[in-house]
Amino acid sequence: MVIKAEHEMHKRRFSRNIGLGLVLVGFVALVYGLTVAKVGELYQPEAASEASQ
Amino acid sequence: MTDASIQTTKTETGEAGFGDYFALLKPRVMSLVVFTALVGLLVAPVGVNPIVGLASILFIAVGGGASGALNMWWDADIDRKMKRTLTRPIPSGKVEEGEAFAIGITLSVMAVVMLGLAANLMAAALLAFTIFFYVVIYTMWLKRWTPQNIVIGGAAGAFPPMIGWAVATGGISIESVLMFALTFAWTPPHFWALALFTKGDYANAGVPMLTVTHGRKATRNHILGYTFALAAVAIALGLTSVGGPTYMVIALVLNAMFIKGAWDVFRRTDADSEADSHKAERGLFKLSLAYLFLHYGALLVEASLKPFGLGGWG
Repeated sequence: MVIKAEHEMHKRRFSRNIGLGLVLVGFVALVYGLTVAKVGELYQPEAASEASQ
Repeated sequence: MTDASIQTTKTETGEAGFGDYFALLKPRVMSLVVFTALVGLLVAPVGVNPIVGLASILFIAVGGGASGALNMWWDADIDRKMKRTLTRPIPSGKVEEGEAFAIGITLSVMAVVMLGLAANLMAAALLAFTIFFYVVIYTMWLKRWTPQNIVIGGAAGAFPPMIGWAVATGGISIESVLMFALTFAWTPPHFWALALFTKGDYANAGVPMLTVTHGRKATRNHILGYTFALAAVAIALGLTSVGGPTYMVIALVLNAMFIKGAWDVFRRTDADSEADSHKAERGLFKLSLAYLFLHYGALLVEASLKPFGLGGWG
């Protein structure tokens, strides 16, 4: 068997690492966005006035 | 992993790419889940923050995909026996069974917890029940036991619009139950029409399919029966708060066409069907694809007209 510097296996492993990395970055961005949206809802004028009553 | 262990793996490379893991989530099924859940969310009478809505749909999709991975894990033995499923990640040797199980369980728990945090407990509970129903009730229990497996499996695929509705409203109502019933009643005629013109090898795999256990004539009868039930549900949905004149016109036309198609399939013999290469069965299957898409699309049209004082029953 000829040993290649770049085996098919390395390509698959690379695609898996890149894919997983992007998924994790996307998940972090999503949780951040969710946090901003949820906290924002708490401080809407209507919610604030209801809370003060 | 040592070089020696690489030599003993079952595949040429022994390493799955990202696409192989994605295929484990049944992306085609996921697209139906996303579409119907999105419609359930958008037609609800309560507005949702776009980011919360987007995240919720994503978590519903991940939950659906996770149940697909668990289905592939449990069914790996029969997937190896059928041509249609031989290329799936586990039978092709790209993903190990244990890996599929771990991914399925992890994503299931994550999707349910995250949906609970993003939306509400009702939506999370419905998603958890959907996963449980698809994996335990359908895949592990009933799929290999009853020829009504398609009907039961269809129930799992019918939950997403209910979950989408629950994301917005936090509850269950007649509208969301009827959206569930629409997909539920649609699945048997859709799948059995396909079963009448494809030669599946389910029998080799020990999965009881209606065409094999009860014969093709019984399958034609079942198609017609479910089509009448489907039409009743589709029209009833149009009479609720999410329906309206546009939906009703589309539903009446589509259901008339669907009943005509099912009637044609019901009246034919297998000899008629073979003679014209299953023209009526193929036609009914194609129509069923458009049928579901257009019904949910019509619900979306009604919802999008409401801000302009149009749509709905006024």
